[in-house]
Amino acid sequence: MKALVAVKRVIDYNVKIRVKADKTGVETANVKMSMNPFDEIAVEEALRLREAGIVSEIIAVSLGAAQCQETIRTALAMGADRGILVQTDAELQPLAVAKLLKAVILQENPEIVIIGKQAIDDDCNQTGQMLSALLGWPQATFASKIKISDGHAEVTREVDGGLETVSIKLPAVITTDLRLNEPRYASLPNIMRAKKKPIATTTPQALGVDVTPRLVVLKVEEPAKRQGGHKVGSVAELVDKLKTEARVI
Amino acid sequence: MAALVVAEHDNRALKPATLNAVAAANEIAAGEVDILVAGKDCRPVAEAAAKIAGARKVLLADDTAYEHGLAENVAPLVVKLAEHYSHLLATATTSGKNLMPRVAALLDVMQLSDISAVVSPDTFVRPIYAGNALATVQSRDPVKVITVRGTAFPPVEATGGSAAIEPVETAGETGLSEFVGAELSKSERPELTSARIIISGGRGMQSGENFHLLETVADKLGAAVGASRAAVDAGFVPNDYQVGQTGKIVAPELYIAVGISGAIQHLAGMKDSKVIVAINKDEEAPIFQIADYGLVGDLFKILPELADELERRK
Repeated sequence: MKALVAVKRVIDYNVKIRVKADKTGVETANVKMSMNPFDEIAVEEALRLREAGIVSEIIAVSLGAAQCQETIRTALAMGADRGILVQTDAELQPLAVAKLLKAVILQENPEIVIIGKQAIDDDCNQTGQMLSALLGWPQATFASKIKISDGHAEVTREVDGGLETVSIKLPAVITTDLRLNEPRYASLPNIMRAKKKPIATTTPQALGVDVTPRLVVLKVEEPAKRQGGHKVGSVAELVDKLKTEARVI
Repeated sequence: MAALVVAEHDNRALKPATLNAVAAANEIAAGEVDILVAGKDCRPVAEAAAKIAGARKVLLADDTAYEHGLAENVAPLVVKLAEHYSHLLATATTSGKNLMPRVAALLDVMQLSDISAVVSPDTFVRPIYAGNALATVQSRDPVKVITVRGTAFPPVEATGGSAAIEPVETAGETGLSEFVGAELSKSERPELTSARIIISGGRGMQSGENFHLLETVADKLGAAVGASRAAVDAGFVPNDYQVGQTGKIVAPELYIAVGISGAIQHLAGMKDSKVIVAINKDEEAPIFQIADYGLVGDLFKILPELADELERRK
């Protein structure tokens, strides 16, 4: 079966972000960009399913500016077979991304779609659920284990109280949680090989999707700073302060 | 304007996080807040919901299809009810996060995820970049689908109301997915997201066995036990202990971070706590910069001492 993974280009998780002085957003110029860590886990899971003989081809899709090519190249260097870039300079919100992915999926007909549970920039945690709704497919979010057999996926999900297992009919959308796997690093030969792998480019217009944002960002600000940094000298002093000063115990 | 809050429950009891979502709904549409209880044999939950202060009515959808809260089945029900409401809300817990985007997509609207403040009925504040920035966003959609960051809205009273319970027609089973089973952590301690005091351990705990040192202190304080992602990744404790950007967001009265260095990822989950205590042997650890009370030293000495001191001064 074919697998489709979606990979988002985000500010690298190690970068300390800076809010722009004019409050229009977060500084992205000259900032290191990487693949969203949860999407790396999605690519890795697809690779493992291919290594297990379940998946035959892996398509990596990214949506956004021309530089998203680099993110697709990373997925190809990890082992994905080919890429699709939906290129646009427009701001894409999760509903628009889900519609664009649906359009690509209707052309490619994958049986399994794996994407990160959330992107670490907007922290929305929406795209996978929206995509499966638009396709009328089942969803398994926050996956920590995936077992495929007989046209079904048995997925263990990370939920607030522990773990939950659901069985969903394929085709389906699965979103990844942290403990699903540890993504591999791309080796140098694979990075070289990835340069020859094909990336097709399309646009929202060609896919017939209106991507007009539904949410308008009025401003982006820094949160209030916490006043911390006080030290105490002993356990007795700590308990004393918590009882008499902070009055929380 | 009217708001529908999707209650979170396990068919027996209402989860306290629902009270935070109702609080947010009250800021939007006070007096016109209804609560949906979808489950199986879940009348006791509806009865509890009817007592929530400020609830107008409780919609009860009792059907096998809703027993395990599968999003594929519950979303069409919420969509069916949506025409009566300007706002649909749920808590930003794993169940709300699983359900609401599916609802939003079926209604062809964007979701407002994890809101931390209501500015006006169409404008909300939400944290982005793990809480390192706050975005004020305005929705252009006719229906606002919202998940609520519980810690940002003090819960409404669980009692005092007397809303009517109204059965609603169910939307049936989609047959797309099936519940297989659950392994829920059993604990006598309070739940992380509703605990008044939390004590969390990080990589500095060195092993899962050493968490008993935290548990001893937790039991003296009536606290919940949490962990950093590093401690979870190291296999010390299960993932549902995790506090942080990718785990649970908490804001207790008192948060005690033990052997936690203070990665951005962890701070994102706890920095809104009222009082923060940090115990760490590395005095340069970033956690101390945000701690109200920092104690530098060996946690293996400090934790037993802390347990004794709490016992002594009870």
